[in-house]
Amino acid sequence: MDYSDVSHFSQTWGLVYLVIMFLAGVVYALWPRNKDKFDHAANIPLEDD
Amino acid sequence: MTREITANARLSVDGWVTAGALLIGAFYATLTAARTEDPVMSVHAYIFAGAFILGLFGIIKAYFDNSERLADQPAGTSIQYNLDIIKAGVIASVFWGIAGFLAGDTIAFQLAYPDLNFDTSFFNFGRLRPLHTSAVIFAFGGNVLIATSFYVVQRTCKARLPGTFAPWFVFWGYQLFIVIAATGYLMGATQGKEYAEPEWYTDLWLTLVWVVYLFVFLGTLWKRQEPHIYVANWFYLAFIATIAMLHIINNLAVPVSWTSSKSYILFAGVQDALTQWWYGHNAVGFFLTAGFLGIMYYFVPKRAGRPVYSYRLSIVHFWSLIFMYIWAGPHHLHYTALPDWAQTLGMTFSIMLWMPSWGGMINGLMTLSGAWDKLRTDPVLRMLVVSVAFYGMSTFEGPVMAIKAVNSLSHYTDWTIGHVHSGALGWVAYVSFGALYCLVPWLWNRTQLYSLKLVSYHFWISTFGILLYITSMWVSGILQGLMWRAYNDLGFLEYSFVETVEAMNPFYWIRAIGGAFFVVGALIMAYNLWRTARGDLRVESRSLPPEAVPSPVAAA
Repeated sequence: MDYSDVSHFSQTWGLVYLVIMFLAGVVYALWPRNKDKFDHAANIPLEDD
Repeated sequence: MTREITANARLSVDGWVTAGALLIGAFYATLTAARTEDPVMSVHAYIFAGAFILGLFGIIKAYFDNSERLADQPAGTSIQYNLDIIKAGVIASVFWGIAGFLAGDTIAFQLAYPDLNFDTSFFNFGRLRPLHTSAVIFAFGGNVLIATSFYVVQRTCKARLPGTFAPWFVFWGYQLFIVIAATGYLMGATQGKEYAEPEWYTDLWLTLVWVVYLFVFLGTLWKRQEPHIYVANWFYLAFIATIAMLHIINNLAVPVSWTSSKSYILFAGVQDALTQWWYGHNAVGFFLTAGFLGIMYYFVPKRAGRPVYSYRLSIVHFWSLIFMYIWAGPHHLHYTALPDWAQTLGMTFSIMLWMPSWGGMINGLMTLSGAWDKLRTDPVLRMLVVSVAFYGMSTFEGPVMAIKAVNSLSHYTDWTIGHVHSGALGWVAYVSFGALYCLVPWLWNRTQLYSLKLVSYHFWISTFGILLYITSMWVSGILQGLMWRAYNDLGFLEYSFVETVEAMNPFYWIRAIGGAFFVVGALIMAYNLWRTARGDLRVESRSLPPEAVPSPVAAA
């Protein structure tokens, strides 16, 4: 495995990896079942204990 | 929990571990001080030994104080947050902030009037410059981040920091790192890596402190009573974990000997340069951005009394920011020996960073929806909001400067310095000031700040200073870049280097004066916070109604 193999790998599979991770993040954020959890979380700083 | 263990054993487990480590450390440091022939190492070994012995005294004192102190504690059901550590962090932040701003303004005046180094090696620009950058980034920024992260993680997890001595080890260990680094610079000890100047033993010490910091933070998350981990904690955790990784890899070095202050970095050539800027740019991305975004996501909603505008956006903001920032470093090495594709990669990721950066900025600003009127009456909220605006501005400017064509003009010029300071003064310092103005009344149980009018003065004086700073550096940077690339009819360079230096002089004066305004603002803040902590309240025609001042109820 030499330099060009490594750079080729990072220039192709690196892109695929990042796109998949990004999509996973977006799906998690927008998943309808998580809505209540996130609405609650948005108020955490305002809770007084 | 920790409290009961402490009460029974008088000294908790982490107390015994810390005491044992300090004893060994004091022996080793004394031995090194005796054996070394290196004057820098000698001074530092004595400082280490002295600090370790002081630490031992602190633990022995706590051992004897414990039983009577614990007897006074009410056995309430509410969570006993560790707030003393945050008070200490607030004081340290203000102290190092002013020290760092003063060091910065001193070197700004030195550039305008070089004789100000008084012809001694100690005040040479080359030594004071890392002193300034480390003081503002690591001493001021680092203390703000440690203090606010310990506050936010406790409150949003509804759990006390674990350990009795571990948090204090983080605090005092970090101050010791600052002192060792700063005295090292003044004595001329440096690795020559920007923002990673401290020598190998200082790096090892910081690694130890940082790992304990990570464990204290993770321990609080582990103990949490709130099931969801709030987004601010994600940003803080990314900051702590990534800085550990960057710090260790970039500082891999071989010391000349165990008693020498000199070391050689493991990497060489372009590999070293790329490692350095992978570290350097992510110090910006994770220390000066992710950490301070943690502050934004807690203190802006808290001060505005409004929930986070979009929690979903904050999740996308977090994950896209941390996945992209780590690749942006190569933009510091445009037109160098770094392979072209790596330069283009750094440029592309920098431009893509517009999206998460502006997403985060919009999320911070829109958190004020329904509370915009507070900008008129609450200068602390104004400071926080302007910090987010500066964040938006400097994260717009940064990607522009990362474009290779623009970089060919801007690189190595004062434009870079101006850009850094619009981020550092406008974003990092302002969001920190906002957090400090919130924290002091909460921690010292005051209804509100000593004077809101003084906050207003601080805000306007500092903002004027920042504007002088960044506008003068834009002009001088572009002028400098254009002069460097100007050719005459015969193909020779139009200007000699010294002519470009001479052309900078008026702008250096403007910049130094702008910096002085910023220092004055910080001094006003220090006075205001000190009076607030003492419990004074200035009678003013316009003050906030009590219900407009957010306060955590159970600030014990």
